[in-house]
Amino acid sequence: MATTPVRLGETGSGFLQQVALGPLLSRFAVDEVGAGERAAALAKRSIKKESKVAALRLAVAVMDLTTLEGADTVGKVQALCSKARRPDPSDPEVPPVAAICVYPSLVATARQALAGSGVKVASVATAFPSGQASLAVRLADVAEAVEAGADEIDMVINRGAFLAGRHQEVFEEIVVVKEACGQARLKVILETGELGTLDNVRRASVLAMAAGADFIKTSTGKIQPAATLPVALVMLEAIRDFHDRTGRMVGMKPAGGVRTAKQAIQHLVVVNETLGPDWLTPEWFRLGASSLLNDCLMQLAKERSGRYQSGDYFTKD
Amino acid sequence: MAEQLERRGERAPARFGGLDYAPAPEATDHVKLRADHGLLIGGRWVEPASGKSFKTISPATEEVLAEVAEAGEEDVDAAVRAARSAYTRVWSKLSGAERAKYLYRIARALQERAREFAVLETMNGGKPIKESRDVDLPLAAAHFFYHAGWADKLDYAFPGRRPAPLGVAAQVIPWNFPLLMAAWKLAPALAAGNTVVLKPAETTSLTALRLGELLQEAELPEGVVNILTGAGATGAALVGHDGVDKVAFTGSTEVGKAIQRTLAGSGRKLTLELGGKAANIVFEDAPLDQAVEGIINGIYFNQGHVCCAGSRLLVQESIAEPLVDKLKRRMATLRVGDPLDKNTDIGAINSRAQLDKIQELVAAGEAEGAEAWQAPCELPSRGFWFRPTVFTHVAQSHRIAQEEIFGPVLSVLTFRTPDEAVEKANNTPYGLSAGVWTDKGSRILELATRVRAGVVWANTFNRFDPTAPFGGYKESGFGREGGRHGLAAYLDLSEGG
Repeated sequence: MATTPVRLGETGSGFLQQVALGPLLSRFAVDEVGAGERAAALAKRSIKKESKVAALRLAVAVMDLTTLEGADTVGKVQALCSKARRPDPSDPEVPPVAAICVYPSLVATARQALAGSGVKVASVATAFPSGQASLAVRLADVAEAVEAGADEIDMVINRGAFLAGRHQEVFEEIVVVKEACGQARLKVILETGELGTLDNVRRASVLAMAAGADFIKTSTGKIQPAATLPVALVMLEAIRDFHDRTGRMVGMKPAGGVRTAKQAIQHLVVVNETLGPDWLTPEWFRLGASSLLNDCLMQLAKERSGRYQSGDYFTKD
Repeated sequence: MAEQLERRGERAPARFGGLDYAPAPEATDHVKLRADHGLLIGGRWVEPASGKSFKTISPATEEVLAEVAEAGEEDVDAAVRAARSAYTRVWSKLSGAERAKYLYRIARALQERAREFAVLETMNGGKPIKESRDVDLPLAAAHFFYHAGWADKLDYAFPGRRPAPLGVAAQVIPWNFPLLMAAWKLAPALAAGNTVVLKPAETTSLTALRLGELLQEAELPEGVVNILTGAGATGAALVGHDGVDKVAFTGSTEVGKAIQRTLAGSGRKLTLELGGKAANIVFEDAPLDQAVEGIINGIYFNQGHVCCAGSRLLVQESIAEPLVDKLKRRMATLRVGDPLDKNTDIGAINSRAQLDKIQELVAAGEAEGAEAWQAPCELPSRGFWFRPTVFTHVAQSHRIAQEEIFGPVLSVLTFRTPDEAVEKANNTPYGLSAGVWTDKGSRILELATRVRAGVVWANTFNRFDPTAPFGGYKESGFGREGGRHGLAAYLDLSEGG
């Protein structure tokens, strides 16, 4: 547990807290129409032939293969881990995925199933997906996941506090969660579908990065809309500007709603043309998805053989 | 660890080197190129009286695409007479609803053959296929659809007036949007009940000629639209012809002035859409990343061959440095090259003559002390190319701040207050368009009123729509195209009713 004193109950001084962060955060106007147009233009890039194969393999390599259901069991997670190690046993060119993403109670199972594979274990914590629990409970959630061996923690921000204008509180919470993570890398989920505007997406991105996020992530996957291209674009622009100012690289993770290989490639293109190739590695970019992998495998098989195969030829895990 | 993994039959994580885009060229085999073309006069393709022709090329490869007829005075005379005859015998007698049927048919045919027209436009003009596919063709069809809708409603469009067509319209169009400009000119003229003699630009005749074929397939009555190819002399003969009732010209200010001199005192109606040196004004509270996109779109869209291009960037001094940094970084991602590649952002310069002009003005900018920066990109060895260029340290007095370059060259100037922005924006002989970037609604409205430009875009740039009137102040011309205002330019509204 973090030892830093947290005075989050004292939000009566909200005005003063906003004086500190307000001018910083209000500097980032985003035009929704313009961002949408730019994202749509990038979505039209034509990625074919060898570029498509390379992009699909990259999409697999940066994937956080995810299962976050009430019905998750040890068996389910073990099956998924097996898929994560070798997504397509018939094609040795297909790399393992970047990580498996599960609830804290299943971290130990995943850890064991993935031992020696290089595939990371990520765990959602902080009362995922709503974040509506006391800070102590959220921190205990993080600590449990870390102790069970999670390499990465996916936390949710306190959207209630953010939307109420208590930015300082959101900031401080991320700071203490980061401390609780220890060596684990911290992904901060903004849940952009609840933030309402791209201005807010930009503000929340800056806030999370300044508070120590190793990654910023669009969504929990439980709220729509999730990882839309304009949202991803705005977050990537925030990462780029943060890197310019501080020299610190922050990773990006679109999650939720990325179901097809085509969408995945569009996300890769947006990263490529906003942040450049340095970010196109599992260290700095992740795609959070539960059903994306098989479509990527299907497209890869199609590029290899020239024809599409039935869904029955791809394992459902 | 790699060894361990190999033992387990698993692979070490692959190395990643970004994302390369393999060439994605649009196929051209469906576009059948004709070796030579005649003139469309009175519904027939005829040889020019002189028998002369000239070659038209692809500016991206300098490869000859076809021979195009050069119309002389005799041909102009024949075309104007054919248009007059079609006007008196057929077109002026048709009801608006009947004229609309033809316009709708043309619009639909353009949509059906959009791919063919887009590819041909890119081959002949050098613009990227993504632009001809996503901008030129959809807008060209939209202009026919929009004006088709007006054809049977003219009596209600101008309350208190009884609109009547003018007769024969002579239309001379530029090379930057060959098909789209043909659509801008033809659609309102035909909807209003006029017949037309159209002269496409010398370097980009092919889509206008193919449009001529499409009009024939749409069974537009003979002589309603006549198409004459040729250079400046052909255009001069056409606009100076006595049998013409209306002249519409889009092109350079210099030629526009010459046309106005020719027509002075003739009583013939004239609309001119000429040059521009638009100010794209960015305030410190603007959405910066979107402003950068707007600046890019403003000046590098269609290689900067755009009369309303945002060629002067006026940026508030407090954000000039970060904005220019962002702009340069974005410019470095522009993909310059084969216009037929679907991933190309910047295509070829339209002609060697235009490339010479751009190079001359850029040299003048450097000689006058402005600082040039160019996007680092490979250029193809053949064809006409120019790297996206931005000039900083530009003074209002520099030629690159005053003259229209009509190429991918941006001049950056700074301002301190809104008043100074307005003053600098208006301090030009032109007044075609402007852009305003700010998060503040009241400032947008204020600038839209104070900047003397026919179009003022707010937090966007180079957006077009057939319902929106387009045209200039001062040396950018007069008259409007598009919307009800554009329709009025092809009607006689002197009769009350």
